[in-house]
Amino acid sequence: MPSLKDLRNRIASVKATQKITKAMQMVAAAKLRRAQEAAEAARPYAERMDKVLANLGERVNAQEGASPLLVGTGSDKVHLLVVATAERGLCGGFNSNIARLARTHAKRLLDQGKMVKILCVGRKGRDALRRDLSSNIIDLIDMKAVKTLGFEDADKIGARVLEMLDNGEFDICTLFFSEFKSILTQEPTALQLIPVNLPEASESDTGQGSLAGYEYEPDEDEILAELLPRNISTQIYRGLLENAASEQGARMTAMDNATRNAGDMIDDLTLLYNRSRQAQITKELIEIVSGAEAL
Amino acid sequence: MADTFTFELVSPERLLISEPVESVVVPGSEGDFQVLAHHAPVLSTLRPGLLDVVLPGGKERRIFLRGGFAEAGPESLTVLAQYAIDSADLNKSALAQEITNAEEDVADAKVDQTRDKAQGALDRLKLIRDTLGLG
Repeated sequence: MPSLKDLRNRIASVKATQKITKAMQMVAAAKLRRAQEAAEAARPYAERMDKVLANLGERVNAQEGASPLLVGTGSDKVHLLVVATAERGLCGGFNSNIARLARTHAKRLLDQGKMVKILCVGRKGRDALRRDLSSNIIDLIDMKAVKTLGFEDADKIGARVLEMLDNGEFDICTLFFSEFKSILTQEPTALQLIPVNLPEASESDTGQGSLAGYEYEPDEDEILAELLPRNISTQIYRGLLENAASEQGARMTAMDNATRNAGDMIDDLTLLYNRSRQAQITKELIEIVSGAEAL
Repeated sequence: MADTFTFELVSPERLLISEPVESVVVPGSEGDFQVLAHHAPVLSTLRPGLLDVVLPGGKERRIFLRGGFAEAGPESLTVLAQYAIDSADLNKSALAQEITNAEEDVADAKVDQTRDKAQGALDRLKLIRDTLGLG
């Protein structure tokens, strides 16, 4: 039976924890809104990019000597996994879900005798994968210094990936991130970046919005050569934005649970505290009464 | 009044402009070209430069942008810019930074082709600096 003082201390400490989780929940809620707006605002660019690529890619796809970004390097020996996670923990299963998806993917490839290289974006992903895949991790891109995610940040990662491709360091590149479905659900997703998965040109696009009959300046190949690298950065940017929103969503849910748990715990402890206090008073009374009787 | 068409300017971060306009001068990589309503469909890459927009009623806006591409059609013009800012908000230090970046690109370029491209971008930026009087 813990003493009354111990119980008092326990209650005080749980209350302090509850205050922290409550504050974190509110901060996450505020950040979530901003992250969601950013993800929303970036959508038009990615959508139009997809549309143009879909139309353009179809025409160039069949040609010989097309860019490796479009048709691949012709081999699938070496895989590069770009794993985007958060820099901080305390956000429920967010980081471990992404890491788990990346790990199963990597394990499957290793079983098939492929080579796997992992590029971590965000410290938490590295921490999670370091245990059993540490020899495969080639580098960590630290996003700690990044306050508000800009296109520049994604562009840097994109440039890095493209440089590696030019040096022939991998054949296929896949990006792992968490897709923001709603505040309550975030879905870890694998997206193949290289060779690119061209979005299908939808029916409505092939109508009046079609690029058939377009004039190209300078020409198709050159436009595509410029477009494809930018598409990599755009996809990474989208992934990072989704990730940012997911992280805040996951943290908000996790902290909401933590706050509620702390509340339950405080109730239980208070009940126990009051019971022990009353028991002690009763005990003291009995002592006094039996003392008086003995006289 | 001249016919109008829908002009959309999109940067990776957000949709900057989406409104009917009378004409737009686009800094295409093969040279500037003006887009009016009922333009033939064109897809062009862009070089760093100034984009001049004429709004209905003759009001003008000037936007600085760097790289990207433009898709023109009879009823709409969509410009996907890598980076875009209203030239009124463009200040001396930001432009100076752009020029320093471009100079680094020239220095970093390993292949002649990319160096020529970077040099071209640098020259353009200097020209813009002189045009806007931000030297």
